[in-house]
Amino acid sequence: MTFYALFLPFIAALFAPILTRYLKHNAAWVLAAAPALLFVHFLGFADGVAHGERFTGGYPWIPSFNVNFSWLIDGLSLTFVLLITGIGTLIVLYAGGYLKGHRHQGRFFSFILMFMGAMQGLVLSDSFLMLFVFWELTSITSFLLIGFNHAEERSRRSAIQALVVTGLGGLSLLAGLLIIWNITGVSEMSLLLSTGDLLRDSPFFIAAFVLVLGGAFTKSAQFPFHFWLPNAMEAPTPVSAYLHSATMVKAGVFLLMRLNPVMGETAAWETVLPIFGGFTLIAGTLLAARQTDLKLMLAYTTMASLGLLVMLTGFGSEKAAEGAVLYLIAHSMFKGGLFMVAGNVDHEAGTRDVTKLGGLARAMPVTFLAALFAAISMGGLPPFVGFLAKEEIYAGLAHGDTWSIMITIVAIAGNALMFVIGFAVALKPFLGPKVETPKHAHEGPVLLLAGPAILALCSLFAALFSGWFHEYFSGPMASAVMGHEAHITITIVPHLGLAFYLSLLTIVLGVLLYLSLARLRAAMAGLLEAIGWGPDRGFDQAIVGIVKFSVAVTKTIQNGRLEFYITATFVMLAAAILIPMGIAGDWPDALAFPKLYFYEWLLVLIAVLGQFAVIWAKNRLTAIVSLGIQGFAVAVFFMLMGAPDLSFTQFMVETLSVVILALAMTRLRLSPQDHRSPFQMVLDGTIATATGGALTLLLLRVLETDFDASLTEFFNTYSYQIAHGRNIVNVILVDFRGIDTFGEIAVVMTSGLAILALIRVLPRRSRSSSSEPPAPAGEAAGKMA
Amino acid sequence: MRTLIFRTIAPFLSSLMILFSVFVLLRGHNQPGGGFIGGLIAASALAIYGIAFGVSPVRRAIRFHPMALSGFGLLLAAIAGMLSIFSGVPFLTGLWVTPTFFGVPIALSTPMLFDIGVYFVVFGSITSTALALEERERD
Repeated sequence: MTFYALFLPFIAALFAPILTRYLKHNAAWVLAAAPALLFVHFLGFADGVAHGERFTGGYPWIPSFNVNFSWLIDGLSLTFVLLITGIGTLIVLYAGGYLKGHRHQGRFFSFILMFMGAMQGLVLSDSFLMLFVFWELTSITSFLLIGFNHAEERSRRSAIQALVVTGLGGLSLLAGLLIIWNITGVSEMSLLLSTGDLLRDSPFFIAAFVLVLGGAFTKSAQFPFHFWLPNAMEAPTPVSAYLHSATMVKAGVFLLMRLNPVMGETAAWETVLPIFGGFTLIAGTLLAARQTDLKLMLAYTTMASLGLLVMLTGFGSEKAAEGAVLYLIAHSMFKGGLFMVAGNVDHEAGTRDVTKLGGLARAMPVTFLAALFAAISMGGLPPFVGFLAKEEIYAGLAHGDTWSIMITIVAIAGNALMFVIGFAVALKPFLGPKVETPKHAHEGPVLLLAGPAILALCSLFAALFSGWFHEYFSGPMASAVMGHEAHITITIVPHLGLAFYLSLLTIVLGVLLYLSLARLRAAMAGLLEAIGWGPDRGFDQAIVGIVKFSVAVTKTIQNGRLEFYITATFVMLAAAILIPMGIAGDWPDALAFPKLYFYEWLLVLIAVLGQFAVIWAKNRLTAIVSLGIQGFAVAVFFMLMGAPDLSFTQFMVETLSVVILALAMTRLRLSPQDHRSPFQMVLDGTIATATGGALTLLLLRVLETDFDASLTEFFNTYSYQIAHGRNIVNVILVDFRGIDTFGEIAVVMTSGLAILALIRVLPRRSRSSSSEPPAPAGEAAGKMA
Repeated sequence: MRTLIFRTIAPFLSSLMILFSVFVLLRGHNQPGGGFIGGLIAASALAIYGIAFGVSPVRRAIRFHPMALSGFGLLLAAIAGMLSIFSGVPFLTGLWVTPTFFGVPIALSTPMLFDIGVYFVVFGSITSTALALEERERD
């Protein structure tokens, strides 16, 4: 069942465009059934997982490399997959309303379902390689979704930027996983988790750690790789709500949580993660304060939240990990909801600029209520799940040592700023005097309201029924993150303790900052202007630099002159053979004078004469034809030596190559005569002699080695017995080595196509650039005729 | 080279060579020959025909674009390899059947089909190159 479940989103994606053609936006109702079904399917595991069970399954994929297509359902992946499919259902419905009447709505459904399949596969993967494949697939589908409005240049730039950053991170992750595989000898997460300290004690731990972080930090938009996330807001809002807040960007955090039991509790882990996470938290909130676009404000707080999660995952205390788990779930609910609210406002009022909005509460009551609920959860106020998360975070961080105090201060500052942004998004557009908006605002249809409303209620219920919520979701997930059983007990009834006072402090700070948001925004804008450079611009500079560099390299190496190419190839070839031979002193022995029959001497004479004819020929055509003489003489030799097949082929190849060479020469419009300077001729002659000599020496040397006849014997014996053919050469080609031949003929065909394309493309260009009549070609053709 | 003698003899020569190429192709399993060399012979037959009469008669004569023939050959080779799926053996395993036509047993096999594929690929690709090169020189 789970195997089919892994593919269901892709199947739904396949049918999405057709369904949308017939049902228009109502296709959302049908398509949402796919993630809803998956949600129900995976919910069935909740009971078992809550009792500490782990479900695995799979099939051999590449057995010779011990690679399986296998999945793992434990507390961590179960909670993730429920978020993915649950929010996925709401997002599909939401997209039905949001993109109603869009020309490519079917395509959009298809992309988002594909993404869902990739993300689901990512969190369920047990095998490293499967994890990597799905990881990259989320990058690719994210690229498609960000670039959905592909007619706009900004969308395209953002899409490419996200793909480059997360794609590079994916490669880094692959390298990291391969190192882990090498260290531990296992290629599956479920086995890795039981290897204990093996990974931590390895001398290559740091390499694996850095490479894995490269994947996790790019995907989860940690500073300094954060810049792609705000730019990804070019995507339609359902995408921002789903990929860039609730699911995909959490993949990095997921990975860190997954590896926490085997990589955590090390100095590197507990230093690097909190530092990068904390920095991202502060940077994200400050950058968010500077924005006025609802979506961008949310995007930067998402980055900040991811920073908080990374920081908590790396902090190392049990409560901190529990706080991370609770915050992750809470964040998916409130941030997904807030993004959909921002989308609703944009959709119904026509703008997302917070300074141009106000007083929408009366026109959009449901949206307002959903926004308010989400913001309360985000601000960490009871009775929402965000409150539980924050209490747990403070309980986890607040210790007496300097390091903990620093981290706690960072968390308080970050949380206070997020409190500000959350309420700025939820209150500013709705309260205050009514502001004239581009569109006449009114409440959206049920498709647009279902998502934010249900998520807001989930935030509430998860907190109200916290005992049940901890037993089935957050508890098992925290156990998986820590590697041993964990019990979360936090409820909405606050305990008067340090955590509670820190919470109060956060709220007071938040309210104060909220009241001076305009000043904060101006200050941040001034600061950023003063810096003037950011990783976003750096990305552009890097891309431009790479393009310039490759243009320069191409211009040097590919200068378009055939003489240069041939000279370079021949010099390299000769050097590659002669230099190693010279260094090793591995020359062939002197040849004994051969004993040949007189007619064989005659053939040698013909071949040599042919060579001289090539050199002395007055024009190129004669030279080419003379080249054939030597080839035919060799063919006759083959015949005399008892290789009829070889000789036969040599004849044909020689004939055709002369014909084609002659035709190509006429095509090149070279003058029939050779006009090289004597110096050039000597140089070319030297290179030619060196190359020819090198190849001859190589052949002679190869022939001196002992001949291993076992293959010959094998083919002699079995050619007729097994393959029913007496012509060994042919049997090898079409039967014993069939797959080689298959590859070769594919190459023959591809080069045929390439030649065809080259012949068709080049003259058109030269014809348009020069009006010069093709006189030399005509002459050459005339000579040939 | 477009002499009267050449132009008179070219059609016969070409058709003979094509016939011979098929012969070489089919005998290849037991005697010198095979798909590769057969394809080369067929390609030179068309080259001769093309030198004598020009490119368009050749194109008319083979009906399909030579690259299409080449693709057909690759497809044929792939099919020959995949037939083994039905017998549950690995890709490209040689399979033989010997049906009897009019009392004469004829050995048919997937390697033969494969060889025919090779023939078409070589024939198509080289003819395509030669024809494209010849064509240019006249416009």
